Amino acid sequence: MMGHWLIVPVLLPMVAAILMLLTTRMGRMVERSISLLAMLGLVSVSAVLLNASLSGDYQVYALGNWVAPFGIVLVLDRLSGLMVLLTSVLALFSLLYACNGQDREGRHFHVLFHMQLMGLNGAFLTGDLFNLFVFFEILLIASYGLLLHGGGPLRSRAGLHYVILNLAGSALFLIGIGTIYGMLGTLNMADLAVKVAQAGPEQLRLIHISALLLMVVFGLKAALLPLYFWLPGAYSAASAPVAALFAIMTKVGVYSIIRIFILVFGIEAGVLSNLAQPWLLPLGLVTLALGVFGLLASRCLRKQVAYLVVVSVGTLIAGVGLLTVESVAASLYYLMHSTLITGGLFLLADLIARQRGDVGSELRVGPTVTQALLLSTMFFIAAMAVVGLPPLSGFIGKLLLLQAAIQQPSMAWFWSVILIAGFFALIALSRTGSTLFLKTDDTAVTGVRAGAASLLAVIALLLSSPLLAVYGNVVSDFTTATAEQLMQPMQYIEGVLGPQQSSMGSKVGGEQ
Amino acid sequence: MEILISTAIGFLVACGIYLMLRARTMDVVIGLTLLSYAVNLFLFASGRLSNNAAALISPDAAAYADPLPQALVLTAIVIGFGMTAFLVVLAIRAFGDLGNDHVDGESGK
Amino acid sequence: MTLLLIVLIPLLGALLVPAAGARGRIAAAWMAGALTAIALGLLLSLAPRVFAGEVLVSSWAWMADLGLYFSFRLDGLGLLFALLILGIGLLVILYATYYLSPTDSMSKFFAYMMLFMGAMLGVVLSENMILLLVFWELTSITSFLLVSFWRHRSDARQGARMALALTGGGGLCLLAGILLLGEIVGSYELSVVLASAELIQSHDLYTPALILILLGAFTKSAQFPFHFWLPHAMAAPTPVSAYLHSATMVKAGVFLLARMHPALAGSDLWFYLVTTAGLVTLVFAAYVALFRHDLKGLLAYSTISHLGLITLLFGFGTPLAAVAGVFHIINHATFKASLFMAAGIIDHEAGTRDMRRLNGLFKYMPYTAVLAMVAAAAMAGVPLLNGFLSKEMFFVEALALQRLDDWAWLIPALATLAGVFAVAYSLRFIHDVFFNGEPKSLPKVPHEPPRWMKIPVEVLVTLCLLVGIFPAFTVGPLLATAASGVLQGPLPEYSLAIWHGFNAAIVMSLIALVGGCLFYLLRHRLFALHTRLLPSEFGAKQVFDGLMRGLLNVSRWITHLLENGSLQRYMALLVGAAITVGLYAAMQHGAVNFSMSGTSIPFNGVAIAILLGLILAGLGTVILHRHRLPALVMLGVVGLCVSLLFVYFSAPDLALTQLSVEVVTIILLLLALHFMPQETQADSGSGRRWRDALLAGGAGVGVAGLTWAVLTSPFETLSGFYLEQSVPGGGGTNVVNVILVDFRGFDTFGEITVLAIAAIGIHALLQNLVIKPNEPGRYGWAPAKPPLLLEVISRPLLPLALMVAIYLMLRGHNEPGGGFIAGLVVGIALVMQYLASGVEWTQVRLRVDYFKVIATGLILSLLTGVASWVWGYPFMTTTFTYLYWPVVGKFEVASAMVFDLGVFLTVVGITMVILAELGKLSGPLAPRPAPPVASKEDKR
Repeated sequence: MMGHWLIVPVLLPMVAAILMLLTTRMGRMVERSISLLAMLGLVSVSAVLLNASLSGDYQVYALGNWVAPFGIVLVLDRLSGLMVLLTSVLALFSLLYACNGQDREGRHFHVLFHMQLMGLNGAFLTGDLFNLFVFFEILLIASYGLLLHGGGPLRSRAGLHYVILNLAGSALFLIGIGTIYGMLGTLNMADLAVKVAQAGPEQLRLIHISALLLMVVFGLKAALLPLYFWLPGAYSAASAPVAALFAIMTKVGVYSIIRIFILVFGIEAGVLSNLAQPWLLPLGLVTLALGVFGLLASRCLRKQVAYLVVVSVGTLIAGVGLLTVESVAASLYYLMHSTLITGGLFLLADLIARQRGDVGSELRVGPTVTQALLLSTMFFIAAMAVVGLPPLSGFIGKLLLLQAAIQQPSMAWFWSVILIAGFFALIALSRTGSTLFLKTDDTAVTGVRAGAASLLAVIALLLSSPLLAVYGNVVSDFTTATAEQLMQPMQYIEGVLGPQQSSMGSKVGGEQ
Repeated sequence: MEILISTAIGFLVACGIYLMLRARTMDVVIGLTLLSYAVNLFLFASGRLSNNAAALISPDAAAYADPLPQALVLTAIVIGFGMTAFLVVLAIRAFGDLGNDHVDGESGK
Repeated sequence: MTLLLIVLIPLLGALLVPAAGARGRIAAAWMAGALTAIALGLLLSLAPRVFAGEVLVSSWAWMADLGLYFSFRLDGLGLLFALLILGIGLLVILYATYYLSPTDSMSKFFAYMMLFMGAMLGVVLSENMILLLVFWELTSITSFLLVSFWRHRSDARQGARMALALTGGGGLCLLAGILLLGEIVGSYELSVVLASAELIQSHDLYTPALILILLGAFTKSAQFPFHFWLPHAMAAPTPVSAYLHSATMVKAGVFLLARMHPALAGSDLWFYLVTTAGLVTLVFAAYVALFRHDLKGLLAYSTISHLGLITLLFGFGTPLAAVAGVFHIINHATFKASLFMAAGIIDHEAGTRDMRRLNGLFKYMPYTAVLAMVAAAAMAGVPLLNGFLSKEMFFVEALALQRLDDWAWLIPALATLAGVFAVAYSLRFIHDVFFNGEPKSLPKVPHEPPRWMKIPVEVLVTLCLLVGIFPAFTVGPLLATAASGVLQGPLPEYSLAIWHGFNAAIVMSLIALVGGCLFYLLRHRLFALHTRLLPSEFGAKQVFDGLMRGLLNVSRWITHLLENGSLQRYMALLVGAAITVGLYAAMQHGAVNFSMSGTSIPFNGVAIAILLGLILAGLGTVILHRHRLPALVMLGVVGLCVSLLFVYFSAPDLALTQLSVEVVTIILLLLALHFMPQETQADSGSGRRWRDALLAGGAGVGVAGLTWAVLTSPFETLSGFYLEQSVPGGGGTNVVNVILVDFRGFDTFGEITVLAIAAIGIHALLQNLVIKPNEPGRYGWAPAKPPLLLEVISRPLLPLALMVAIYLMLRGHNEPGGGFIAGLVVGIALVMQYLASGVEWTQVRLRVDYFKVIATGLILSLLTGVASWVWGYPFMTTTFTYLYWPVVGKFEVASAMVFDLGVFLTVVGITMVILAELGKLSGPLAPRPAPPVASKEDKR
């Protein structure tokens, strides 16, 4: 038993946030040190959790000591462990980058940042559908604040779109929850899985509706066609560290899709088995294609990176949509890679823009950046990684995905879209690179240099790509194990509800 | 009676969504509020409806209303409140920044 | 291990060279040369074993389950190419040292060079096909860097991008092909693949795999119609052209053909695809080469043509043809590299590469001229030079080909024609540049290059001669091992003599030579004819550019079509998506039955009245939405009806909460109206309105149907547990509240966090917002003179409200109530103070940092949660005992109530932050664009 470790990723950021609220008077340095310390703590705790998840058995934390399905439980398996660690690693470096000055551009940056982390971790750990909703709201409201951090008309506009759409999404989420509760009378995911499998024929229709409504909600979060149009505007408007952190936000949607549509409506869901299959693969592929078109079309580096997020989501969803152990494993590998690299790219784009004077991140002829060699090398590596050129992680991820699709009926589609998309991405980014670093007017050179902290942050994030490639076998062994675990919903159910499913649990301890 | 309740909820949803599709932030805010009313009612209804059911535990209570959806709705109301508040302030902020209350920040055509 | 080193040393060089470069330009060159020499030495140390017929393989696991190994292989073919890469590499480095101008960064150039060398070695020494592909793509990337080395030249940038696009794209095809091949064979290791030809060629996936792999090879080796990137890559510095575009990178494609020969060759598909590509390229490129005025352009097209020749030979699929192919690879590498270097020297010394201006250079640089002439003769296939020998072999094979019986004459004929062109353009290279009158308006007077710049050319030209005259002694053994490396089996009978007696092949050579000379003599007419027939430059590039532009335009069009920045569009899509999936799911699982069976709730006047009120108020809100104030009133009515409905359906807690939230929300909206326009005209056309109405209606009907279906279907829930456990387990009779603070307390915990974040976000959002309120007085916030009555009433209201709040909170666990409602009550009371007594008055008297209140609230709820750890129970495990108080009556103190207190404080804090922050905006504390005096003005 993990003791209370499971809930620390949720509580620690909150404690940090509260502390920072109470010490606002003490100035920035205090705030930053609290923030960074808490962040480091979070990373280490996440590492502990991931390590604990490796054993393969499910760690369950019954809040208020009420056993599932009656109380809310946090569940740690390999997937949630992975997501929590990935989040905190990405967040650490985004935060580091922000501490180079961008956290001063508005109030409460660090508070909101940690609240966002609280929401993310809760969403990844909870085993209860409604509680998932609550944590979605936490991470959303925090993200609203963060997106608007720094202010300005552009952000206000993007913020309006983002907030309003997500509020509508939340309403839809509640409708979905209401329907499924109205049918099955439970909210615990494991219990839902059991009940769905046993659902009577007259219940199927409504359960099916609720499932698809939930898919729309998660699709909106994950930025899946036709619901991704808000993303390029929002992400390119957000300040760099926020955008970098947001690289994980879409993955929350992907995570929820994996969780719900593999556990609850997965292979053992009786009549409703693999209910998501007809949707995910085609939607993912089309999203990928349109994302690449957006990549080619955009005339601004930040926007291009935003579209790279769309591309990665499309690839992921397509991979998950194949719903095989191999494809899910490959997608998870790709998820790690794309999250860290796009995060790094957002930061790098900011570094570059700051050294191009008033041309900024626009893709037209501009002054030579001050640290040309350094920045161009970093961009080159990042581009190679994200396009999927060997020998970096993007290539390995693509290889895994292609191999996973090889026996599938949809192989032809999957392969051609992935490969052609890669080709177009190559064209787009080679254009970008040559505009940014080769085709410069050597007249003006802005003297701006990147601060050490921000450089460290970017380099660290970009380093993840070669590391993921070199230790590819370790990582892919892990993702394969994760996928195998996911593909056995029965284990999850028994892990959470105990061998005798949905039995009347009793209060273990209350009166002391 | 179910039919009437469903109609009412559905109607509220329709009103809410219609307003959310309008181009002015205030209309959208109002629409969202309407929609959240409807959604709360729906969530409430998902535990089935009964008047004159006991709300509190008492030995002589015949039937109880399903308490769980009520708790959920309470949470939903509160969260909705926070969200609405934020959106309203954002609308003001956007109005200040963009000089108009169009959701896309364009001056009204 | 040595194998790995041979690849790694150059790659490491990419780091070592710049390090050395810090010590000066020449140091970088020395470092590069030294490393190359070391690698070459290592290779030679292994050579004897290869000549002995051994195949050296060394392997390390990378991603075993992916079939991806770090495995390298050295056989005859690999050895030959590695020798070319390192040997010519060494010469190119020497050459480049003198070629590069002081303004070019040597360390950068040689770093790229080393990178490319390593990648190229990786390609030819890989045993694992995926590893081969990894290095393959690396060569494309590094060539991008090398071609765009002169970054200020736009043609260099474009050429580099084009090369990357084509070769990189080809690489993707190759990847797919390799994966398919691996799927067929079950391994990516060449030793396995090459041994299983029958399996591969009988498999269904053979066709796609072959096509994809060939696409990879053809793009890399610039075969028609992918040839055009090569001429444009000539914008690169000449050493790069000499190295990449004659000896190494462009040979990667034909290397792949040779490598895969045992596994893929022999089938009809292979024959037709490869020979066609080869033949067309051979003839077409040779023809075009004749009409290029740019020296390097001519060489580029001749390279393409020779690559076509080699491809054609491998296409034949016969062992002898393969031998000839390998032989020509060697020869072409030697003479073409030397020619490029010579061209570079001429460019370097004469300042131009245009053959219309370069004339009669012989008298200025006789030595270089001789070297160039020998090499050109080899290119033309003149006897006693290496080019002649492999060409002879090629002609023999072309004649010997049995495959297409009636058309057997075709290939020899076209081969001869290509030979004619080759002789012609070689002649032009010699005659136009070195003789043919005087140079025209050269920027500088040409002269011989520095001594060391000539050495590489001399070496290569000597090789041409030696091989040409004593083939058997010089190249014989190498060719044999290389060929056996290609065939992976016994060698066919062949002799490397200069003279095989008077045969058809000789005749073809003679025709080529004579015809070539004639062609060149008639060149002026031909040029005229050519310009008449093909007025403009043949447009493969134009096609490519057109495609690129098209791609860009299409993607811009699509993107702007979809992501048009209109929230209304996105919202409509969201609603539409929900409706669609809902409909889809609703149509599954058999027919819908609208039986009233499940209905249980009896009709009741009160309820009907409330519901009708709901509907009417909703409708009113929509109708009045452009007049904001009345719309808000309507909205309030809706909220009221909702809470009444909660009361009717026995949910008092909900009713209370709904009501209090209602009040606060409406106040909030009224405040907002103080800043926002209160009336707007309709700004969406009737079409848009109809669309929206349709969507809204659809969604409404959908939810209505959903509600009805839920209400009328049987239901079993786990709520029974809560009812049972509420008193014994949670210690409260108000089940809803017990659920909120105990069973599902974690939700509430999250819920107040949301509120807290909202408050923080709002606070951050309103920082230094400068906004002018609407004309004061109307719905004024903090009017200058508050109505006395309100003031009088509101003062005692606060303590009263606090009393009520405490009462509500204490009983909350057993009766309707609880921290949240209590908090809102206090909040409203405080708002009353603001409304009644104005912002200043209240701010002065209530000096509270609301964030501290919020923080305290959060801490309290957090602590109650954590407290249970002390007793070793999970977060938020509750405990309780009973107390008796007058007025409130018997109630129990649950640890959950401290939690509830936390909720209370948070809620108070939040309401105040939100309202007070908004209040400040309009109050005198607000930041104003105008000075305070002016602000007094708008108060009145």
